[in-house]
Amino acid sequence: MSLAIDLLSGFCLLAGGLLCITGGVGLLRLPDFFSRVHAVGLTETLAAPLLLVGLALQMGWSLDLFKILMVVILVLVTNPTATHAMAKAALHGGHPPKLGGTHDEAEEHASSKV
Amino acid sequence: MKPIPILTLLGVVWLLFSGHFTPLLMALGAASILLVVWLLRRMDRADGAPMQFRPSFGLLGYLAWLLWDVVKANIDLAWRIWDPKLPVSPVWARLDTQVETPLEKTLYANSITLTPGTLTTDVCDDYFLIHALSQAGIDELREGEMERRIRRINL
Amino acid sequence: MALNAAIIAILVTMVLALIRAFEGPSAYDRMLAANVFGTKTVLLIALGGYALSWHSFLDIALLYAMVNYVGTIAVMRFFDDSRQARNPSADGEDS
Repeated sequence: MSLAIDLLSGFCLLAGGLLCITGGVGLLRLPDFFSRVHAVGLTETLAAPLLLVGLALQMGWSLDLFKILMVVILVLVTNPTATHAMAKAALHGGHPPKLGGTHDEAEEHASSKV
Repeated sequence: MKPIPILTLLGVVWLLFSGHFTPLLMALGAASILLVVWLLRRMDRADGAPMQFRPSFGLLGYLAWLLWDVVKANIDLAWRIWDPKLPVSPVWARLDTQVETPLEKTLYANSITLTPGTLTTDVCDDYFLIHALSQAGIDELREGEMERRIRRINL
Repeated sequence: MALNAAIIAILVTMVLALIRAFEGPSAYDRMLAANVFGTKTVLLIALGGYALSWHSFLDIALLYAMVNYVGTIAVMRFFDDSRQARNPSADGEDS
């Protein structure tokens, strides 16, 4: 039983660490601000909960488990809001996204607004 | 907002956080809970929109589905980042929506942002502006699976 | 064992975020990197505190998560409002 929990915890920690580094690499490799935001979402939506769940599995039963749960919920709830604030500030600050392929009607909407 | 459920909820959360039961700390906890309830009442009066949020099984089911969706999107994006050719072509498009209440809109926009690969940049009356790392992300949202699930739980 | 590996992974990610913060090119990129750095600090406090068996490290992690969020929102509001203050004709609509 305890071996299974150890294995599960180790898997969560390693997968979380790998995803963390992936997000960091994405932050460096992706071409513009808006695509980097996606890489940040990668590190915050899955990597952070995985690492914290892996930690919780190692700690055993105590009140601290509730605190870990609250940290996970806080990170998950605040991440989209902070992301949205950054994207909105960048758009209003005259920093439109660099587009890769087809151009869409959103661009016309934005250029008429800004 | 009804004060009694909020009071019990805050009390339970405070006890779980502190784990201390000395009289001084209990009194400080009670004082902070009362302060929070007073602030909540003031905010309800200020914006005229009292908090109306009821947790339900439908919401829990939606969150479980969203979690699975987020995991799939994460794996997809991780492959794209490690691919030496970097197969991303960002698109920025308009997504027509049918959700009506502000709560549903908030949930929908935040769910889109929470899923890596798609990002809500603006929320308007009947459409969102979505930035996505590939055309496939936009097409998946336009199929409307997530929106149907949000409307089904009717908050 | 896995805990140490995870801590090292977090530290590597923090270094990558720092590189992006120094590179820029825009202020928004720097702020994004600072936000990532803050979240990784929360994780580092949680995992490192357990590895070093600190007392009540999770309270610190929780508090840091809140401060990081409020800090990001505050700086972004500042960018938003400072532009509108320079250019009063811009529509200040909020979603």
